[in-house]
Amino acid sequence: MSDLRQIAFYGKGGIGKSTTSQNTIAALAEMGLKVLIVGCDPKADSTRLMLHAKAQQTVLHLAAEAGSVEDLELEDVLRTGYGGVSCVESGGPEPGVGCAGRGVITSINFLEENGAYEGQDYIVYDVLGDVVCGGFAMPIRENKAQEIYIVMSGEMMALYAANNISRGILKYANTGGVRLGGLICNSRQTDLELELAEAMAKKLSTKLIHFVPRDNIVQHAELRRMTVIEYAPESAQADEYRALAKNIHENKGNGVIPTPISMDELEDMLMEFGILKSDEEMIAELEAKEAAQKAVA
Amino acid sequence: MPQSAEKIKDHVTLFREPEYTEMLREKRDAFECPHPDDTVREISDWTRTEDYREKNFARKSLVVNPAKACQPLGAVFCASGFEGTLSFVHGSQGCVAYYRSHLSRHFKEPASAVSSSMTEDAAVFGGLNNMIDGLANARALYQPKMIAVSTTCMAEVIGDDLHAFITTSKEKGSVPQDFDVPFAHTPAFHGSHVNGYDNMLLGILTHFWQDGERTPGTAINIIPGFDGYCVGNNRELKRVLDLMDVEYTILSDPSDVYDTPSDGDFRMYDGGTTIADTKAALDAKATLSMQEFCTKKVMAFAKEKEHETASFHYPMGVEATDEVLMAVSELAGKPIPDALVRERGRLVDALADSMSIVHGKSFAVFGDPDFVYGMCRFLMEMGAEPRHALATNGTKPWAKKMTALLDSSPYGRDCEVWPGCDLWHMRSLLNTTPADFLIGSSYGKYLERDTGVPLIRLAFPIFDRHHHHRFPTWGYQGGLHVLVRILDTILDRLDDDTSEAGVTDISFDLTR
Repeated sequence: MSDLRQIAFYGKGGIGKSTTSQNTIAALAEMGLKVLIVGCDPKADSTRLMLHAKAQQTVLHLAAEAGSVEDLELEDVLRTGYGGVSCVESGGPEPGVGCAGRGVITSINFLEENGAYEGQDYIVYDVLGDVVCGGFAMPIRENKAQEIYIVMSGEMMALYAANNISRGILKYANTGGVRLGGLICNSRQTDLELELAEAMAKKLSTKLIHFVPRDNIVQHAELRRMTVIEYAPESAQADEYRALAKNIHENKGNGVIPTPISMDELEDMLMEFGILKSDEEMIAELEAKEAAQKAVA
Repeated sequence: MPQSAEKIKDHVTLFREPEYTEMLREKRDAFECPHPDDTVREISDWTRTEDYREKNFARKSLVVNPAKACQPLGAVFCASGFEGTLSFVHGSQGCVAYYRSHLSRHFKEPASAVSSSMTEDAAVFGGLNNMIDGLANARALYQPKMIAVSTTCMAEVIGDDLHAFITTSKEKGSVPQDFDVPFAHTPAFHGSHVNGYDNMLLGILTHFWQDGERTPGTAINIIPGFDGYCVGNNRELKRVLDLMDVEYTILSDPSDVYDTPSDGDFRMYDGGTTIADTKAALDAKATLSMQEFCTKKVMAFAKEKEHETASFHYPMGVEATDEVLMAVSELAGKPIPDALVRERGRLVDALADSMSIVHGKSFAVFGDPDFVYGMCRFLMEMGAEPRHALATNGTKPWAKKMTALLDSSPYGRDCEVWPGCDLWHMRSLLNTTPADFLIGSSYGKYLERDTGVPLIRLAFPIFDRHHHHRFPTWGYQGGLHVLVRILDTILDRLDDDTSEAGVTDISFDLTR
């Protein structure tokens, strides 16, 4: 068990977290490593590129059908995808009802108790958006993920989320072994994106693990429900994901306790990079606009 | 007025006075839209048919009278068996009131436990502050030697992490760093009290054993499991093991805390496995579980620690007791003393004396998985025939083991196994495939009333009869006690059946 490496991907919703994680995992599998993906998102899209399927039957869905989790067998929920990667989706309720966070706890307990972790080199948790409640922090608990990788971009809300996730990690890092592994920038081609990502990493006392450039081939592969590694193994983008996987693999034990910043500090940083304007600038702009309208009138 | 200070009537007679019967009848007619008696009888009769049984067993989304309790109850019971240990349940107060009253009603003793009293704000922001304040207050007020933390549903749904919370609480000075605070997550919506027992004991043993270096010794650990008869049974275990001159540690022994003497001193804690013994138990040669389905995780942990292990199923009767004693004898290298051999002989003699009374009588049994297994086994041993074996918290592996047991004897041929079923299922079973007697907990009294099948109370909880738990059901002595309980009910029923003067009393015999 001591050789088992457990990592988790967190990040703002829609940032390309599941795409990034699955491409990384495909690259890890290429390296001959045995990986188990645990999708911790009610949308259950953490494994679709591996399985070439729309969505996998989830633990909670199957448990609801069978009556209770106790009636489930491991084979019912485990699927094998590209590169021999084992895939599980925890699933969860429809939007607006129930408690998805508890679903994550239930699923992870079920997998551990039924020996799903045995014989794996990597367990990778792909976790919904921001840390929103205790359930979504399950992968951060003691004896779960050792390193957290935050997928972000140069957009304001992505940075805000990255900072928030770091706060979640910090809560558990003081009492346990969880560390921030680093940031992964999934490029949105915003201004000064690389610089901003590096600056953010520095503020959080971590590093930018990899900068993944934007490439339409990712969308092409995704339409076919494949990772780039599988769809276009010779492409430059596939090599980017291989580099990312290698960086993560070699980053073992190098995680840090993050130093999240205050909201003010974050805003100052964004202003420095011209993403956010100061109040004075905004007022000046507004006045100039009004003056221009008056002149026209 | 029916009530007077001179002669106070209790509720049994009071509500039969005309004032009350009239009032209750008027209330019924005015507010309860009552159906005519004929209709009520008709429906009542229909619920006793095969047709209804089929519908009842097709039921999917409803449980009626489950014969099980929730995980934290098992955790609180388990923790109470350790010296000076206070159960601290992280979650809402009402839940903890339930565990305490449930245990009190059964043992007729105070059952102490505290909650972290989480309210709405704690549900939103997480219960860390409740943990920090709660541990400090509980330690200051009740001076425990150890605080064992478990959880209610509320803390589990919001995902509070006990490991992180307890570590943080200690860092913030809530309780000293070296103060023992073992913990177990016990989500009540998963499994039952037997799993809660397993999780709590695993939490306590992990706390004391995980960093320890094991020096293999010769002692034997005994884990009794969740047992409503723990007062009688643990004392019987100790008596027998002392007779055998075996070195042993009972892991979780609540036999004293649930049977404290009335001598003017209130004992919030009494007896129990000492912390020193619990630590030293890591060095044991072997760990034996008296209830396999109650100790799955903890036995796997003992095995991991390189203990020899063996699990039993609520050892009642001759053969089941033989197995435990022979296992102990072999592990400890001590012979079974003559005194026990004689006790065994006496039980065999008693069984033989009463063979003709018990032979061929059929029994429906419900309760915890290991109890139902042990009970059915003993019934077959005494020549009785189990007809239904039902455990709400019974799993598929349990059902498989049950079937193998029943297949081992011709007396088990007509018995069906019902894992995951509740007492409303049992009602249909008793109405359509009847048994002569019912064995279970106090909750069986409603079945007894509805079906006329006499109930023998041998499973937890027993709320409506006193002190049974002070007598053992395990071992040869316990077997004798169980035999007498069964015989008394059979013979009482026989007297009832033959008591009408001039009609049936040709068999109203003095000697049975």
